[in-house]
Amino acid sequence: MKLHPIVAALRKHKAGTVLIALQIALTLAIVCNAIFIIGQRVERVNRPTGLDESNLFLISQQWVGAPSADTPEGVDKLDAMQREDLVALRNLPGVAAVAPTNSLPLLNSAWTGSVSLKPGAVAGDKTGTRTAYYFTDEQVFPTLGLKLVAGRAFNAGDVQHQGFRDNPPRPVAIITKALADKLYPQGGAVGKVMYSDGSSAPTTIVGVVQRLQIPSSGSFGGDFAWNSTLIPTRLDANYARYAVRTRPGQLDAVMHAVTPLLYKVNPLRVLDDDSVRPFSDIRVKAYRADVGMAVLMGVICLILIAVTAAGIVGLTSFWVGQRHRQIGVRRALGARKIDILHYFQIENLLIAGVGAVVGVLLAVGLNLWLMTHYEMTRIPVLYVLTGVLAMLAIGQAAVFVPARRASNVPPVVATRSV
Amino acid sequence: MFAYYLDLALRSLRRNQVLTTLMVLALALGIGACITTLTVLKLLSGDPMPQKSSRLFYPQIDPLPLAGYVAGEAKPQDTLTYVDAMNLLHARKAERQVVTALTRAKVSPLHLGQRPFFSDGVMTTADFFSMFDVPFQYGGGWSADDESNHARVAVIAGFLNDKLFDGANSVGKVIRISEHDYRIIGVLKPWAPQPRFYAEMLGGRSYGDGDAVFLPLESARADAMDPGNVNCYAMGGMSKLETAPCMWVGMWVELRDASDAVGYKSFLSNYVQQQIALGRMHRPEVALPALMPWLRSMQVVPDDVRLQAGLAFGFLLICVVNTVGLLLAKCLRRSPEIGVRRALGASRAAIFAQFMVEAGMIGLAGGVLGLVFAELGLWAIRHQPAQYASLARLDVEMFFFTFVVALVASLIAGILPAWRACVVAPAPQLKAA
Repeated sequence: MKLHPIVAALRKHKAGTVLIALQIALTLAIVCNAIFIIGQRVERVNRPTGLDESNLFLISQQWVGAPSADTPEGVDKLDAMQREDLVALRNLPGVAAVAPTNSLPLLNSAWTGSVSLKPGAVAGDKTGTRTAYYFTDEQVFPTLGLKLVAGRAFNAGDVQHQGFRDNPPRPVAIITKALADKLYPQGGAVGKVMYSDGSSAPTTIVGVVQRLQIPSSGSFGGDFAWNSTLIPTRLDANYARYAVRTRPGQLDAVMHAVTPLLYKVNPLRVLDDDSVRPFSDIRVKAYRADVGMAVLMGVICLILIAVTAAGIVGLTSFWVGQRHRQIGVRRALGARKIDILHYFQIENLLIAGVGAVVGVLLAVGLNLWLMTHYEMTRIPVLYVLTGVLAMLAIGQAAVFVPARRASNVPPVVATRSV
Repeated sequence: MFAYYLDLALRSLRRNQVLTTLMVLALALGIGACITTLTVLKLLSGDPMPQKSSRLFYPQIDPLPLAGYVAGEAKPQDTLTYVDAMNLLHARKAERQVVTALTRAKVSPLHLGQRPFFSDGVMTTADFFSMFDVPFQYGGGWSADDESNHARVAVIAGFLNDKLFDGANSVGKVIRISEHDYRIIGVLKPWAPQPRFYAEMLGGRSYGDGDAVFLPLESARADAMDPGNVNCYAMGGMSKLETAPCMWVGMWVELRDASDAVGYKSFLSNYVQQQIALGRMHRPEVALPALMPWLRSMQVVPDDVRLQAGLAFGFLLICVVNTVGLLLAKCLRRSPEIGVRRALGASRAAIFAQFMVEAGMIGLAGGVLGLVFAELGLWAIRHQPAQYASLARLDVEMFFFTFVVALVASLIAGILPAWRACVVAPAPQLKAA
């Protein structure tokens, strides 16, 4: 099939050609970037936290009339109250493990600080690595389902307690692999020391876990999202959080039993509607905005493609109508139906091809602009190529119906004068 | 002539129903998406205090130690330490000034059988209510004396008053907050500035319902209520937040105009120099942004919302291009008709006007349908569990803006087809095809 006649014919319809090509280019640019954003959001939402998230829930409760955590006697009293709660929870049927904790991944309430290989490092010092702390006890491994890759877990002897505003030395800690690789890139972090929050007292790293996300799910924690430090210390304050793992299938039953149990242990406390939350709920809430964005982008993409396809159908139908007589002449001269069909399909392929090339440039340009203004990453070539193929396919599908109508024009049209 | 063009336009639109529907639908979708995202963007980036925002300023200093300091790169901090805030407050260099922190107030209802619950509380100083024009339904705020006496007084929001006292005048009644009795001295009318600018960086959300309880800062701290966001920059224990090396309060000052702002900024610089001479501070950077510039630098509007608005505009652009193509097809198909009109004496301008009117009609129809789609879109957003969800509504301004956008878009789309129609030579069209 020679291209010259097709191009010559198109040159007489410059406006329409440019419009279709422009539409395809713009749609390609927007759809490519939108699909990329969707892909990024889906990837974010599916990141594993490092916990075993099934059968896990969190209790956040506050005592009424509790002693102050500012005196040592107050701290000891609060610790006794917390231990009372833990014993009661651990004896509840259906409960597999309970650990006190100050936060959980995706909860968006974090105690952050920095650790360093040098003692006495202060805030703003660039030698520190940011981290988020989880203050818990030796039951944290069975409760959260963490995977140990080096060293050992905490034992009961490691566990201390402190008032939540105090700053005692931290003799041992367990860190995540990401943090260990940052502090000791050559490996072998177990047994080595680090200094946390500018302290001069060393903290010995006794174990390394595979993965544990910090509590911040948004962009705040972006560059240190996997640097967590576990400290075997119960925090004593007038509020407490307990992470509870239940036996499989017992999640609902235990969640309902927990509130009356805690009130029975000590009625002087506040537990409102979201004091007992399953981890799935925490996860959904943390990623709500991302899911919403992905859905919106998806809907817009579909509508955009539909609008572009409709535009192609409309304009091509018009051209077919305009060239009625020419098609008749060609058929009278011996062209088969399939030749007419191919003619329009190739014409569309040409236009869509030009539109796609311009669209690729626009897509990359849009991506660069988004990178500077919205913290995105460079769009992979695969997305752009897939977009091009998709637009060409959509163009072909859209032109099929008008082209078929064109191919059905009978040769006798050439002989008529109207 | 205009009525004639309208008539012609209606006839032509009715003749080609499929094409017309396609055009109106595409345009309406683009407009609906645009208006929906623009409404949300307008809601989130609007001025929370339009009558005063140019006179409210936010002092910022940098108490961090010298380690890691790079002159020219370091920016002042987003919150103040208690000591600095109180020093600036007592210096009284501005017309009004207020120091704020947020807290989770535990409210214990006095009725038996009602469990205690947490609500959003603001710990602040006396000028808060006059500075931010907070409307009272009953009673008023507290005085400077109340503050120095650590008086246990509270101002509560209307919705909390409804919940606890069924909306009656509760001034003088007692409310139990964090296990201490506070006397209610004021009840507010509904007040929830969007965004909640006085809570930025203090640990709260930016949009949504207003705060429930307002307490004097010193009284609340004396009762061990903790602020929402504490940022400590040095070791040294957090047990006494008032003296600890920690930043946890925000300060706002009301000045008369921009020249006063220059004066206050130099006062701020002098204060910092004084503190550096005393050895308490080490970095000289200060800042004094007005309300709107500060909100912008805090990037309060979520990136996602701006991205969505940009996407909607791209969508509208594609819909306009689409409309241009389809209008072009429609116009050129009627070349014989145009030839007849021209032969009968219509000028090029008349043909141009005829097709512009047709484009305008499509724009109006697209606007009406676009309004329906925008309402649908906002309904969907209201059902999203976002902070600002319940506030997403179409107001009168956006209603008219919809039609303006629709008309402008369709008229722009109509220019090319109308021009191509008016340059059609009449003679070839009149001959038998």
